[in-house]
This record gives sequence, structure tokens and C-alpha cells, in this order.
Amino acid sequence: MPKLSEYPINGKYGRFGGRYVPETLMSALIELEEAYLSAKEDEEFQRQLKYYLSEFAGRPTPLYYAKNLTKKLGGAKIYLKREDLAHGGAHKINNTIGQALLAKKMGKKRVIAETGAGQHGVATAMACAALGLRAEIYMGSEDMRRQRLNVFRMELLGAKVHPVESGSKTLKDAINEALRDWVTNVRTTYYLIGSVVGPHPYPMIVRDFQSVIGHEIREQILEKEGRLPDVLVACVGGGSNAMGTFYPFLDDLDVEMYGVEAAGEGIETGRHAASLCAGLEGVFHGMRTYVLQDEDGQIMETHSISAGLDYPGVGPEHSFLKEIGRAKYVAITDKEAVEAFIELSKCEGIIPALEPSHALAYAMKIAPNLSKDDIVVVTLSGRGDKDVEVVAKYLGVRIWER
Amino acid sequence: MGTIEEKFKILSGRGEGALIGYITCGDPTPDHTLKIAEALVDGGVDMIELGIPFSDPIADGPIIQRATMRALKAGTRPIMVMETARKISEKFENVPVILLTYYNIIFRMGLENFFSIAKENHISGVIVPDLSVEEALEYKALAERYDIDTIFLAAPSTSDERLKKIIEFSSGFVYLVSVFGVTGPRERLRKESIDFVRRVSSISNGRIPVAVGFGISKPSHVRSVIANGADGAIVGSKIVKIVEENIGEEEKMLLKIRSFVRSLKKSTLKQSGLTADRVPVSL
Repeated sequence: MPKLSEYPINGKYGRFGGRYVPETLMSALIELEEAYLSAKEDEEFQRQLKYYLSEFAGRPTPLYYAKNLTKKLGGAKIYLKREDLAHGGAHKINNTIGQALLAKKMGKKRVIAETGAGQHGVATAMACAALGLRAEIYMGSEDMRRQRLNVFRMELLGAKVHPVESGSKTLKDAINEALRDWVTNVRTTYYLIGSVVGPHPYPMIVRDFQSVIGHEIREQILEKEGRLPDVLVACVGGGSNAMGTFYPFLDDLDVEMYGVEAAGEGIETGRHAASLCAGLEGVFHGMRTYVLQDEDGQIMETHSISAGLDYPGVGPEHSFLKEIGRAKYVAITDKEAVEAFIELSKCEGIIPALEPSHALAYAMKIAPNLSKDDIVVVTLSGRGDKDVEVVAKYLGVRIWER
Repeated sequence: MGTIEEKFKILSGRGEGALIGYITCGDPTPDHTLKIAEALVDGGVDMIELGIPFSDPIADGPIIQRATMRALKAGTRPIMVMETARKISEKFENVPVILLTYYNIIFRMGLENFFSIAKENHISGVIVPDLSVEEALEYKALAERYDIDTIFLAAPSTSDERLKKIIEFSSGFVYLVSVFGVTGPRERLRKESIDFVRRVSSISNGRIPVAVGFGISKPSHVRSVIANGADGAIVGSKIVKIVEENIGEEEKMLLKIRSFVRSLKKSTLKQSGLTADRVPVSL
């Protein structure tokens, strides 16, 4: 039995993952895998990555002891991994810097990416501006309407934003359109995917670049507490911040892991984005994984108050970890997430993004039942400035005219 | 030899290449498909490629994407497509029907179940644009058990080594994707497409027919790929576009399809005395 950290094996996590793409892309994926594996061993590449992560992205991010929240809940000690303090306000930059460096190493000058709410698009635009690459971002026209600020932010950073009018005009359609662009321009273009999804080797590459989160947690908690945490909690849309948090601990079997999905208005209403909790196995966006789909295999539209979790698929490694029981996957509703959003703001002076508010809400559920000696680490994958308007609207507060 | 390869053989004996026409089943409504299929056969297609609509068709351009959405909106389901295929093949016994769909549709149905239902409904072959040979072991084995052809795609970016594997996994024919890109009509046929046809023909060396699709939208394209060694041409988006432009005017739609297909079919005749080298590439 291989160690869990040795996956993927032949591009697969158990039976999940793989490469389900048009033939035109197969050679590009093989080329990408070779380039990545060589970059991994390349000292100069690693030196540059380290340089940009520290000097440009502001790493390492702190592991903050949330003492007020811990006291209030009266159970386990809660630590927050402060990805909200990374450049751009989220963990996304860890991946975009890594892949943009890879694109550069491969001699590709044009970078394309998909974005849902705009966070990955912004992080891609930042990395490309820093490294002198041309960025073009696909974004559903419906998402563009809802996230005008991020559209302008990407444009300020020099990226071109292409509206996607097909399908539901949201993240999944933006990925479809980015794949279509890549099929057409594969010889000159690097596709910088934003999560641990898609065909092999993307789930592995994104996980590895995001693993800086988990590696830092490990070092920081050993320094602060002299031992590993008991529980890790992270939110899961595509699943990149969770995979980055979990991966360095996969073979430490005493560390429990919870991936928190978006239950939206409740799993029973059908308006949610909980692929692992409520989806079926399928093949989507180049990977075999859990997918929200109807009985014919048509991909369903999803709902979450948090745009970053609003995706009908999930990274294949999460499907594998669920299957073997190494990680547990749970879901938190819009309402519970908003409550956690407010709680952390008031209690700790930190406004979290709505995505990690799901992880927080779950941590707040379990912490009171744990012992005071237990340690829970929650990955706070992004800051909540971008969500203030959404939360105000959800609460019926009119923030513009009062 | 399956019905598809037999068809190629008969056509070749007559000095013709095969014309394969694609339509999305259920576009604009399930009631139209049989009539459109009849118009295709009347016009002269040798085989019909029938699409099962999938919500996220990543290999398709805007025309087939829109057709897919119309078909899904009209309530088209995979099982209905199978039944339509059966009706077509019952009506036109010598026109093989090939299904085209994305892998999740087949996966959800269950591979064995899919092939068993396909067999019951007289499906001759299946094309899955997002299924690579690497992921197709079980798929291939089951297709063989049910005696259904597996048509894999090859692209200009495919290495010779992969090409051999694709040829080995394919039966019926190999589907050559003539361009870097998604489905959709192109003004010109590019030299790289012709080079690709020649490369594949030389590697397959007559072991299996090759047919060219993606961007093939004019009689001159059909003539050119066949003159350069292809055994068939696949035309899809242009036909689907005629459907789209004539929604609500059924007679006109069918008339236009018949006449367009007729012009394509004429171009499949292999011209004697005109060797491949002398056929102009960009027409």
C-alpha cells in the first residue's frame, strides 16, 4: 500500500482523476507534466518560487491563535491560518505565482485562466503582471455583473477579461470556454487553472503549490505547541486551499481532516454546491470525481452565497480521501456561514471571506465538544472585504443609503 | 468487419469517399430529428452521426453548443436518442448510425448498460470526444463484447506513437480532427490539415479507414481531404447551422439540408487521373 502522499499514481488518486480531454490537449498535458516534474527538481526554479512567495506574496502567513473565539466556545484551542493576509487577500496567489513561473519556464507568453467570483482571475493577473506575461481571463457574464469590482481590478492589472455567454454564464462555463481556447491555442498558450481540478497533472500541480499552507502550519504549530494539530478544517469548492492544508499531513493518521462544502439553502432544497456530500461519481472537466449531476449525467447548476464554492465538481484527490475515509466532508449552509462571518468579525477583529466562513462555522460546531487540550487549525483562505456587500444584502441591510 | 467498415469498403469500390453528416438529436425538438435525418439520407449522406446532447460540450464551438442547449431545453434525453437512432436505422438499413456524446453521459448510464442499450437500438459505432485511449480499457472491452465500433479521435498535435495506439483502439474508422480548435465551419482548409491527413494515412496504411472532421464545411473541403487520402469527410456545424437558421420553417430547412448535402456528396467522388499531389490545398 503506497503512502497517501505518494499519490497521484499514474495520474490517478485511486480510481479518481485521470485525463478526460479532447485528444488535441493530450500532448500538451504530457508536456506540462514533464515540465513541472523537471521544475520541481530545478534549484533555480525553486529559488525563484521562494523569492516571489516571500517578497511578492508576503509569505509566510501567520498562524494566529484565536484566543477570544477559543474562550467563547470553551473547547479546543482554535488557530487560524491567515491566508487572508497573503497578497491579493487570499491563498490563490500561491498557485498563480507557481504556475506563472512554470509558464515562463516553458516559454509560453500568453496565459489564460477561468474565474468565478474573480479571485483567481485577480491572482492570475497579479502574477502575470509581476512576471511579464500576457493574461486573458474567462469569466461568466453573470459573474461579471455580480463582481464588477473584480473585473475592473483585473483590467487595472493589465489582464483582458472575456465575458462567457454560454450555459449558465458562471464558473463552470468559464472553465469550458478556457478549455476551448486552450484547444485552439495550445501551442502558444499556458492554461493556468485555479483549483485542484481538471485533467492530470493540474490537480497535482495546484496541490503542490498550495501545500505551502500546510507546510507552514506544520512548522508553526510545532513551534507554538510542540506537536501536530488534532483537527484541520478547510472549505472545499474545487478544493485547493483544503488540499494545500491537508496534503503535508496525509500520512499523519492522528490528524483529523474536515473539508467543508457549501450546503447553500440546504442540501434537501437542491440549491447547494456540495459535490462530495450530495453528488454522484462522474467525469467532468477532464477528471473522474464527484459531480453534481442529474440522472442523465447532465451537470447541474449550483448555489452558494459564496461564489468561490459555487462549482459542481471537486478535485479528484478529495474524492479519493472521502472514499478511503482519510478526510471527512461536511456541509454548512449560507445562514451558518454568515453567522460565522459575523462572529469572527466581532470576536477577533478579522473579517473572513464567505468561503472560509464555512470552515469556521464547522469548527465552531465541533470545538465546544473537544477537550481544552485539543488543537483545531482552520484555514482562513481569504479576507472578507469582497463579501461585505453580499452579506449586507443577505441581512437586508442597506449599506449605501442610510 | 462491422457495418461501418463494410460501408467504407463498398463506397471505395465505387470510387467514392464516405460522407458522414452530424446532427444534434432533439434539435430544435425531438420531433424534428427523424425528418432531418431523412433529409440527410435523401441528400446522400452515407452515415449519420447522431449527437446525444451534453450540458458542457467542451469540444464544440458556438453552433453546436446552441443546438445542444435547444435540444436539452426541448427535453431530449439519452434514451430518446437511442430510440431515434433505431428508427433511423430501421428506415434506412444501409445507413449506419454512429452516436457522439461526452463521456459523462455514458458513465452515468453505466458502460455495460450503455452498450447493451446501444446494441438493442442498432447503433453501429460510438464517438466520445473527451475519452482518451488511456482511459478507455473497460470501454473498449465492452464495446467489443457488444460488437459496436469505437471511433477514437486523432489531432494534429498527436504524436506518431500515440497515433499508432489510437489506430489500434479504433474500429470503424479513425476520426481526424483537422484543426487546432473546436467544431465549427472554417472558410479555408489549411495546409496543416492536409499534411495531417497524409501523415495518418501513411501510418494507418489502409488498416482502418480515416475520416476528417472539424471545420469541414464546403464541397471543396470534402474534395480536398478525400483527394489527399481520407476515406471520408464529416460535416456537422454547417448542417446544424441550417437547422438553426430555419427554425419554424421546416420545409425550407429540409430543402436546404438536402441540397447542401447533395453538393457535399458530389464532392466525395474520387477523380481519376487527379493524384493527390496535384490537388490544390486551399480551395
